[in-house]
Amino acid sequence: MRLGGRDVAETAFRMEARGVSKIFGTHKALDTVDFGLLAGEVHALLGENGAGKSTLIKILTGAYQPDGGEVLVDGTPVHLDSPLHAQSFGIGTVYQEVNLLPNRSVAENLFLGHQPTRFGLVDRKRMNKDARVLLKRYGLEIDPASELGSHSVAVQQIVAIARAVQLSGKVLILDEPTASLDRDEVQRLFEVVASLKRDGLAIVFITHFLDQVFALADRVTILRNGKLVDTSRLSDLTRTELVRKMLGKDIAFSGSTSLEAQRPVTDVLLEFKNYGRKRSVRPFTLTIHKGEVIGVAGLLGSGRTEMARVMFGIDPSDEGSVTLNGKPISIRAATDAIAHGFGFCPEDRKADGIFGDLSVRENIVIALQGKLGWFRALNRDEQLDLAGQFGESMDIRAASLDMPVKLLSGGNQQKVILARWLATDPAFLILDEPTRGIDVGAHAEIVRTINRLRDDGMALVVISSEIDEVVAYSSRVVVMRDREMVAELRGEDISPAVIVQAIATHGEATSEETAA
Amino acid sequence: MNRSMRPLLATVAIFLVAYAAAVFQFPGLLSTRVLGNFLTDNAFLGITAVGMTFVIISGGIDLSVGAVIGFTGVLVAVLISSFGLHPLVAFAIAFVVAALFGAAMGLAIHYLEVPAFIVTLAGMFLARGGASVITQDSVPINNEFYTMISSLYFRLPGGGRLSFVGLLMIAVFVFGAILAHRTRFGSYVYALGGNATSASLMGVPVARTTVQIYMLSSVLACLAGIVFSLYTSAGYPLAAVGVELDAIGAVVIGGTLLTGGYGFVFGTFVGVMLLGLVQTYIIFDGTLSSWWTKIVIGILLFLFIVLQRLVFAASARGDRSSETA
Ligand SMILES: Nc1ncnc2c1ncn2[C@@H]1O[C@H](COP(=O)(O)OP(=O)(O)OP(=O)(O)O)[C@@H](O)[C@H]1O
Ligand SMILES: [Mg+2]
Repeated sequence: MRLGGRDVAETAFRMEARGVSKIFGTHKALDTVDFGLLAGEVHALLGENGAGKSTLIKILTGAYQPDGGEVLVDGTPVHLDSPLHAQSFGIGTVYQEVNLLPNRSVAENLFLGHQPTRFGLVDRKRMNKDARVLLKRYGLEIDPASELGSHSVAVQQIVAIARAVQLSGKVLILDEPTASLDRDEVQRLFEVVASLKRDGLAIVFITHFLDQVFALADRVTILRNGKLVDTSRLSDLTRTELVRKMLGKDIAFSGSTSLEAQRPVTDVLLEFKNYGRKRSVRPFTLTIHKGEVIGVAGLLGSGRTEMARVMFGIDPSDEGSVTLNGKPISIRAATDAIAHGFGFCPEDRKADGIFGDLSVRENIVIALQGKLGWFRALNRDEQLDLAGQFGESMDIRAASLDMPVKLLSGGNQQKVILARWLATDPAFLILDEPTRGIDVGAHAEIVRTINRLRDDGMALVVISSEIDEVVAYSSRVVVMRDREMVAELRGEDISPAVIVQAIATHGEATSEETAA
Repeated sequence: MNRSMRPLLATVAIFLVAYAAAVFQFPGLLSTRVLGNFLTDNAFLGITAVGMTFVIISGGIDLSVGAVIGFTGVLVAVLISSFGLHPLVAFAIAFVVAALFGAAMGLAIHYLEVPAFIVTLAGMFLARGGASVITQDSVPINNEFYTMISSLYFRLPGGGRLSFVGLLMIAVFVFGAILAHRTRFGSYVYALGGNATSASLMGVPVARTTVQIYMLSSVLACLAGIVFSLYTSAGYPLAAVGVELDAIGAVVIGGTLLTGGYGFVFGTFVGVMLLGLVQTYIIFDGTLSSWWTKIVIGILLFLFIVLQRLVFAASARGDRSSETA
């Protein structure tokens, strides 16, 4: 049997979307898209930010109603009027933007709506026991009775995946499930997906990591601007062809060390001396020069984010000192940091960064406005000008700069936050996972932006899980392990091999997240 | 420990300390007689507050409950006294009316996407107006069955009396606690309060749950109205004005977060008892104006809202910074 593109008998599809369209206002997010899922396949759904991937998923799972076309399950047209209805067909989903319920226990998040009952009452003991067993499969040993919101983004993501897997009898849909997972966790997820595939499930996998696509997927469907570009077997495609189809043009990858990044620097901007915070990050000493990018590498939970939060004063340090241009300064709160010309683009945009109901324009100007003070309000034209400028340079895809930012696709929201901090023209910028959830085109754009900012004399600290990326833009690389700065690499040492070794020196690269 | 337990523990501690202090001043307060009256006098408020707890945990608010109490009292009184119906039949009719009323509010909140505040405010005017249309005056209820159940009680050791309505309130609290903490419906209520969008994507039947929550609140307010009429042996259209605010106060003092998602039915019980204690203390003292009750409740409420903010803000920071990377 040949499983390529369109020449499969229609009845073979486990689930199918036929000619579906979705219109938001005047914007066609999906335009007569066909999408078919076979039993026992992993089907990658690819496309740039805003291509319509998440919208298609929401139609397949009853969260949105299509404006045209139909959805079929096992060859029969169905009208899915809610996610609950879709669940009853054995369709389990991890939505890109869903955070589950931070106020409830881990176990309840796993089983909500399907809790085991005894005499009509929820059997909590059994629910917690089942949860423990279920999470073991993902290498997660946490107390199932603990509040979900007390765990890290990665743990919450795994819980969301575990829930979807456990609900999926037929179809499992994963919308960017790996965006906040580390290597080990991704590996475990892949094992689970592979075994589900053997069990005959149809699996949809959305990601911007092309490596993961090639590691996992059998077939791929590519969307561009809401239109279907192609569905084909992955083995029939090369990586370049894939990217060209997604973008509709070629892009150059920059994978090797940037020589520019290595040029000698002289002016010291910031000096952190024995700077640290109890129970958060051990004291570290770090000198940051103007025009320098410090890459921060390390596993999830190694203290990378903590380091950034301490530097920016969100969690003020309780030890050590810091000087700016040679003068001692004190950073007790984020407002102090901003006043000194710092910027911080946080990792979890949903919780820490985005003001969902404000417009794209307002989200971009808000940090600059905060810096200027409220008495020097930017007028609307200035705001639009600024937003337009950054919207263009960051390639933010939005129907209008006045639409609420929560309606943007996930990756475009990320770009808005980055634009916000760039608009303040900071002297020192901290970026925590700036390329997470961002498509290849924008990815290259952000790496280029980082390089440009450095050449303009800005000092940057960039935290990233993608080692290739760290190598590409860093002048120096700091490696974190167990909440401690364990290495500072420069020159020749900035290579994936050395970094990986520094991260993993203490034996196998287990994540302490799982031991939390 | 679950951080949402902390405000609850604080309420319990404050209640115990306040009670001990009151007993220290007026040893008479430590008797089963006073305790029994405590339960009887606050029964209607307690029953209302149970429904309010669900509403607030789900992220909503119900301003109509006081009016529903007044309406029920009048409806039941008229059905019994003017139409000569048996009280049980009158109760059944009142429950049906209240259930429909609550369902209508729930439907409006969900489908018209109007804030609960507005919908239940309209409901409040409707019920209060409806009661006044039925009658402007207090309608006495002279009925054997009524007298019988209103004088039912168990004798407690020490001479106190646990009345039927006091017992009914405790039963409603037990029922409420089981419903909130041990059923799927309960988990849906918390889910809505936590994040309504997530809840809907996770497959929580949002429409059904919203309707059920407001039905529950109205039905319990109706039960409270019946209890109130048992207590006063009359129905009066302006009865229980402002009880919705006392109920909200009891719920918040009991540790439920006004923004939804966190809370305990047991906490509401302690909240109601704390309000009752303040009232009883002021009566015992005799020199203080009864308006002092309001002032103390105001201070307590303020304290608790500050406490909750501190607890949640502090633990949110602590939890996140110790785990995210
Ligand atoms: N509820 C909505 N209202 C208005 N526009 C919307 C809404 N949801 C999505 N859109 C728009 O539809 C387009 C497609 O969005 P979608 O979320 O499907 O993109 P995506 O392919 O998932 O992108 P990403 O990779 O960034 O997650 C975007 O331009 C987005 O702004
Ligand atoms: Mg998306």
